[in-house]
Amino acid sequence: MSGTKQYTDFYDNVRDTLFARSCDVMNAQRQAALDRFRWLGFPDRKSERYKYTDVGLDFEPDYGIALTALTDELPSHCYRIGSAPVDVTPYYNTIADHNDAVVCLNTMLSVDTLLVHIPRNTRPQHPIQISNILKGTNDTMVNRRLLIILDEGAQADIIITDRAVNDSRFLTNQVIEAFAGENSNLNIYEIEETHLLCTRYSNIYIHQDRNASVRHTSLSLFNGHTRNTCTVRLAGEGAEVSLNGCVIADKMQHVDNNTRIEHLVPHCTSNELYKYILDDSAVGAFAGIVYVSEGAQKTSSSMTNANLCATDSARMYTQPMLEIYADDVKCSHGSTVGQLGDDALFYMMQRGIGIDEARLLLKSAFITEVIETIPLQPLRDRLHFQVDKRLRGELSKCEGCKLCK
Amino acid sequence: MLKIRNLHASINGKEILKGVNLTIQDGQIHAIMGTNGAGKSTLSNVIVGNPLYRVTQGEITFNGQNLLELKPDERANMGIFMSFQQPVEIPGVSMTNFMRAAVNARYKAQGREQLSAGDFLKLMREKRKIVELDTKLTSRSVNEGFSGGEKKRNEIFQMAMLEPEFCILDETDSGLDVDALRIVAEGFNKLRKPNTSAMVITHYVRLLDYLKPDVVSVMIDGRIVKTGDATLAEMIEHRGFDWIKEEVGL
Repeated sequence: MSGTKQYTDFYDNVRDTLFARSCDVMNAQRQAALDRFRWLGFPDRKSERYKYTDVGLDFEPDYGIALTALTDELPSHCYRIGSAPVDVTPYYNTIADHNDAVVCLNTMLSVDTLLVHIPRNTRPQHPIQISNILKGTNDTMVNRRLLIILDEGAQADIIITDRAVNDSRFLTNQVIEAFAGENSNLNIYEIEETHLLCTRYSNIYIHQDRNASVRHTSLSLFNGHTRNTCTVRLAGEGAEVSLNGCVIADKMQHVDNNTRIEHLVPHCTSNELYKYILDDSAVGAFAGIVYVSEGAQKTSSSMTNANLCATDSARMYTQPMLEIYADDVKCSHGSTVGQLGDDALFYMMQRGIGIDEARLLLKSAFITEVIETIPLQPLRDRLHFQVDKRLRGELSKCEGCKLCK
Repeated sequence: MLKIRNLHASINGKEILKGVNLTIQDGQIHAIMGTNGAGKSTLSNVIVGNPLYRVTQGEITFNGQNLLELKPDERANMGIFMSFQQPVEIPGVSMTNFMRAAVNARYKAQGREQLSAGDFLKLMREKRKIVELDTKLTSRSVNEGFSGGEKKRNEIFQMAMLEPEFCILDETDSGLDVDALRIVAEGFNKLRKPNTSAMVITHYVRLLDYLKPDVVSVMIDGRIVKTGDATLAEMIEHRGFDWIKEEVGL
């Protein structure tokens, strides 16, 4: 298959290093992943889930591939998978999609996995922040793996940030598997503030047991090429999930969010809200599917994708989908693509506000709806500030970051 | 001072203003009355530069400056304010942020120093009281979920914040109950400085009882056809517009 050879060759070359630096639970999966990867090849645009992103093109450049393991000094509740306090075999690489070549590539090449484990009925004192900082003078590919396990009744807020400090080309291939046990409560926030030469692939898989409540918020504030996939399995009655996202893209930026929520049992709830602001020649895509399996009665689900295209050359592809095999459900889905309201612009200008400032206020207002869904107040305030800066075109590097003064 | 000469304007290719001549002196309250569809709102919108309307002929000057070559925000920053007939709801934009942007722009145009956050909030509190606008309304999004009356009060509140030199009240009395009307009108009177002038569009004498216009003009079919003093408004209230139409041969 095209484009895969450089990766399989690389794997053959570094196999011993990989096995030495990694641990049994990860190494046990590598050969199968390699076989699947070789057999599948990178998906082309004929494959439904990758209709709007050219995977082959993104993985074509010759990147140096990072093979660094995590440090042993990690904050509480965080572990290297090799030193996990629990048996991770029932979790690692069990819900990730083995039919996705990008995921298989990650399983093949990831050196380490960061495990976040929250024991039964506990909640860490502070939110856990995972900062991914891309650094290096050469073009680099990073395979990143995260495993999140919340035992029964556990709670956690996890903030994941993506930044790049050099203007090299970076390709990130991230896989996250998250298990939310009975009555657990998990909030994951992902914030990308990288640059135009960064390509990000992120595949998140979430499994929810009875009455588990999960919220995943994805914010693409600055990027190059981004493809985010989020797959949720509602496997226990009373489980509840919210997937929210906002995208601000201009220049030639590309953001493709793809979600799949599977209602496998009755009485589960899912809500989705994704908002995009596209300027210049940016391209946005949103494809979401809510799958309601046979017998998943009393499912309640809503999906909204609203988009603003500020120029004629910005393009948005939107595809909200429902697949329902139960007859007593309440499901709604909808999407809109529009421009800023002329009435509102004129009203603001009549009050003396210049056109640029008026547009900015309206764009910021449009995104506010997503930010306001975040329960964590300090994060919400911070994001309002960041969004405002982004819309003013001032977000060129990360604020207050020690690495880029 | 506002001067309008032979103003023609159209919307979607349809001519609405067919040669309006009007002068409003500093400190003057000028009421415009007229039949539905006569072009009163079009006139207001053209003065403030609503891009939906196209001026095909004529001129508007404000303090000697040609308004027609200015953008709506530039006109506003010269001190022209319109109380909208239908104020626009802007979900997600808070009244505070909206007003701060507007006040900053106005101060900048006047060469005044920007207000500190504290002084700005103090100013909001002060002006809010004049029109008896509820605190919870100023903490919400612009006009979102406001009743008709609250929206109109909010317009006068914004006027209070911006201290314009020339105000257009475009049917500010429509949709107001008697008490709200009194509050809005008295608020306007309190805010008015000796040189503030206004163009007041209304169908009812009720508002004019409070505002005491110096001049009343009647607009019919895109033109000002008759001008008089406050007694003209009362005559219209009693006798309607037909006698004026006959008088001018329309």
